[in-house]
Amino acid sequence: MAVTGPRPGFTAPVLACQQTFRSLLTAIAHPGRVMAVGTPLDPPLPLGLASAAILLTLADMETPIWLGGAGEEAAQFLQFHSGAPIAKERAQAVFAFVARASDLPPLVHFNAGSDASPERSATLIIEVDGLVAGQGRRLAGPGIEGETRLDVAGLDGGFWDAWRRNGARFPMGVDVIFTAGDRLAALPRTTIERS
Amino acid sequence: MTDESDTAGENGYNFAYLDEQTKRMIRRAILKAVAVPGYQVPFGSREMPLPYGWGTGGIQVTAALIGPDDVLKVIDQGADDTTNAVSIRRFFERTAAIATTTRTVEATIIQTRHRIPETPLAPGQILVYQVPQPEPLRRLVASEVETRTMHALEEYGVMHVRLYEDIARHGRIATAYDYPVKVNGRYVMAPSPIPKFDNPKMDRNPALQLFGAGREKRIYAVPPHTSVKSLDFDDHPFEIERWNESCALCGATETFLDEVLTDDAGGRLFVCSDSDYCHERRVVEDD
Repeated sequence: MAVTGPRPGFTAPVLACQQTFRSLLTAIAHPGRVMAVGTPLDPPLPLGLASAAILLTLADMETPIWLGGAGEEAAQFLQFHSGAPIAKERAQAVFAFVARASDLPPLVHFNAGSDASPERSATLIIEVDGLVAGQGRRLAGPGIEGETRLDVAGLDGGFWDAWRRNGARFPMGVDVIFTAGDRLAALPRTTIERS
Repeated sequence: MTDESDTAGENGYNFAYLDEQTKRMIRRAILKAVAVPGYQVPFGSREMPLPYGWGTGGIQVTAALIGPDDVLKVIDQGADDTTNAVSIRRFFERTAAIATTTRTVEATIIQTRHRIPETPLAPGQILVYQVPQPEPLRRLVASEVETRTMHALEEYGVMHVRLYEDIARHGRIATAYDYPVKVNGRYVMAPSPIPKFDNPKMDRNPALQLFGAGREKRIYAVPPHTSVKSLDFDDHPFEIERWNESCALCGATETFLDEVLTDDAGGRLFVCSDSDYCHERRVVEDD
């Protein structure tokens, strides 16, 4: 009998979630550093290995996910394995997945938290064409010793202007995780891009 | 979910004791804490099999972090062999079957109560502080609503008034423990009851520093290489304690010393509070 349900999630979820979380924590504590998710996972497109692993690690019934450019199969996969509801409005999302960086909605459409509760802001997971550390944009801020560089392939040029405006709202603001296949790199709201 | 042959631990408990739902909630709080350095993120603290005051906040943070490849060190007032440190180490040996160490250089995660190790921390290490009172303004302002607003507006004048009153009364800032700091030029933060001697170690430390307050249900963080400045005044700059004595065991002159009474006739000596650092120095001397 053919199985028609969602594709399988983590085979060993406890350890897979722990390892994915630590990769993510290293990435957000060292903005611009490119990390690899080592755990096997074969999610439906347009979810990549890293973006799917992040959502299965962090999302649950308390965290609505907004999907940009992802179809029914990806939605079912995430709902089935995480229990997270799919958000209809961008502003409701705790996590947002954007399948193509060029289709990224304005950052201000997402919840930026408040001055009193900045932790309530959304985390955006943006699938890009490639991530290369050591070249590209110059980044500074907490977690970075001096300066570091990150090249994000496939990102719209307007992103960095929007990112500067996002940083100006501190302590409010969204946080971004770029994913490319099994790779990920993070930009917490404190990261400054020096052009 | 927990029936995984590769997650060995005490039978009947999930890996590292906490259930996966709780770990997820704590992990989300940790990531936001790193994104907003020095800001206290509320979290749904769980009942732990230790009483409040025994490091339940730190234990929950460590439980959300720890994996089979980690090597855990636990210190209480700088020592690995105190009751609190021993029981927390044993807790994770039993529930996560992980390796433990007393050596600062071998540890990937160091959970601490009231000290920062003397051995400089390395990139990649995580220091988890146990925090009894996460709100640096609490002794001055009882209302949580008010302190949240003060942090939101960066309204910290009252803290400087308190330090100034110290100077007016004692001629110097008398606060010796839990000395308030400002993180990344924005949030005033409680460093937990470490001696102010340790405050300069927090500044631009290459390790990730995480803080867990179980009773008060708060998690906060200082990312690596982040500015941490002790509050002070131009004419009364921040100073750390210094001793005329040196460690009676290893001879160290630049460490934080504990005074130990040796008899009931007033005999006393000073020894390093950091037992691993002191031991390492003595081993090197013996070689």
